[in-house]
Amino acid sequence: MSAPADAIGTEPKIELRGLKKAFGAKTVLDGIDLSVGEGESVVIIGGSGTGKSVMLKCILGLLWPDAGSICIDGMDVSALADRTRQTHTAKIGMLFQGSALFDSLTVWENVAFALRSRTAMSRSEAREIALGKLAQVGLGPDVADLSPAELSGGMQRRVALARAIATDPEIVFFDEPTAGLDPILGDIINRLIVDCVRHVGATAVSITHDMTSARKIADRIAMLHDGRIIWDGPAGDIDSSGNAFVDQFIHGRAEGPIGMAVRR
Amino acid sequence: MNFLAPIGRVFIAFLVATGRLVAFAAVSVSHCVRPPFYGRSIGRQMIQIGYFSLPVVGLTAIFTGMVLALQSYTGFARLNAESAIATVVVLSMTRELGPVLAGLMVAGRVGAAIAAEVGTMRVTEQIDALTTLSTNPYKYLIVPRLIAGVATLPLLVLVADIIGVFGGYAVSVHSLDFNAANYLKLTWEFLQPIDIVTGLVKAAVFGFLVTLMGCYHGFHSRGGAQGVGAAATNAVVSSSVLILASNYMLTLAFFGA
Repeated sequence: MSAPADAIGTEPKIELRGLKKAFGAKTVLDGIDLSVGEGESVVIIGGSGTGKSVMLKCILGLLWPDAGSICIDGMDVSALADRTRQTHTAKIGMLFQGSALFDSLTVWENVAFALRSRTAMSRSEAREIALGKLAQVGLGPDVADLSPAELSGGMQRRVALARAIATDPEIVFFDEPTAGLDPILGDIINRLIVDCVRHVGATAVSITHDMTSARKIADRIAMLHDGRIIWDGPAGDIDSSGNAFVDQFIHGRAEGPIGMAVRR
Repeated sequence: MNFLAPIGRVFIAFLVATGRLVAFAAVSVSHCVRPPFYGRSIGRQMIQIGYFSLPVVGLTAIFTGMVLALQSYTGFARLNAESAIATVVVLSMTRELGPVLAGLMVAGRVGAAIAAEVGTMRVTEQIDALTTLSTNPYKYLIVPRLIAGVATLPLLVLVADIIGVFGGYAVSVHSLDFNAANYLKLTWEFLQPIDIVTGLVKAAVFGFLVTLMGCYHGFHSRGGAQGVGAAATNAVVSSSVLILASNYMLTLAFFGA
């Protein structure tokens, strides 16, 4: 494992130390060390089922880690009680893999959800902001009153992106942002992610196994394998990592150390 | 040799499941009394659970009342005790059949729907999304359903009682040649407020059980469409069994020796 790259800010925005999580006898995270600087965009790559989503869910407080620390702005949130923890995790916006839009609400109500739950904002005011965020992801006011089920997958993903950035969060997580989209839509989402993150100056952590997407949105790439970060470096160095696991993954080859690990 | 091990395993699994359910119920109830409250959601659930259950509960009640009158007539006529029919109908409806049948019908209609809706939200990560948007899923999803269940089931049962008694009255007056005024007088004669009140208390308990089991199984569903289907089935089966078992306990507590 290479040393974590220098953080852009003085203090890392997110810092994981020795993060462990097991489900029953199955160890998913086996001591993750990762630090993400302020304003940096880090992409975590790794095969399916290597624990990428579990890692994000631990940071979000949706899962409790078995061991290790999770610091956001220098504060160890894994040790906090639920209520205090929420003030820290409220800094994080999350784009879920399947969009996870609330189908009992309209599109604009989805986008405005956090605005309404965190502040005593009026409906009309929240709607104005929601329409602005929808415009930011290229959706017109005509979709605002539709139900999410009436939208195509690509549009749903855009609405989910608008919802994730609605409160201008300091940190945004993207879980497989391009999964299930055609390459052109995937590129649109990638560009929106870059725009939205740069626009609000947010720190971004994305997990993906789509290398095109990773190259587009990452400042830094880290590879997760067998519950550990096995490589971590600038996005530009990914092709010359000298790591057999990384090489196999980015070229999508069936033969290599990862395949052998599966067969064993 | 080790034949006790499987029995022990089943028993431990049962204790684990019971503990999880009790913990879930305790957390849910504790959130019922702490703000914020979602008034709109509570109102919407009251309409879903209470108002839209009226047709099915009403139909069940009227046919049950009619059958009660017919059956008790065939029995009591042999003893020249036809005057007891009105009392049998009204006491059976208010004490037992109104709450139990309404509870079972709502378990089938609402329990399954809640488990399917909450379960789908779980498997599509909507419940995780709620948490990331600073909203407690217990408060937003579970509490409105529990409150609506506890509040509307007694009202449903009150309606069921009235419709059931009317069913018995209609059959007695039109098919069994009872005098209408006399039948009503007999209905009122032995009916005590306690008969109605205990029925309504039962209804509130059943409303809690149905919505709790729907939420519990939905909240803990796993594994896509199949998991959601299993959650719906388990919600209906477990709430039906709990209704019948708790009905016995409540009857014992109210009227037991």
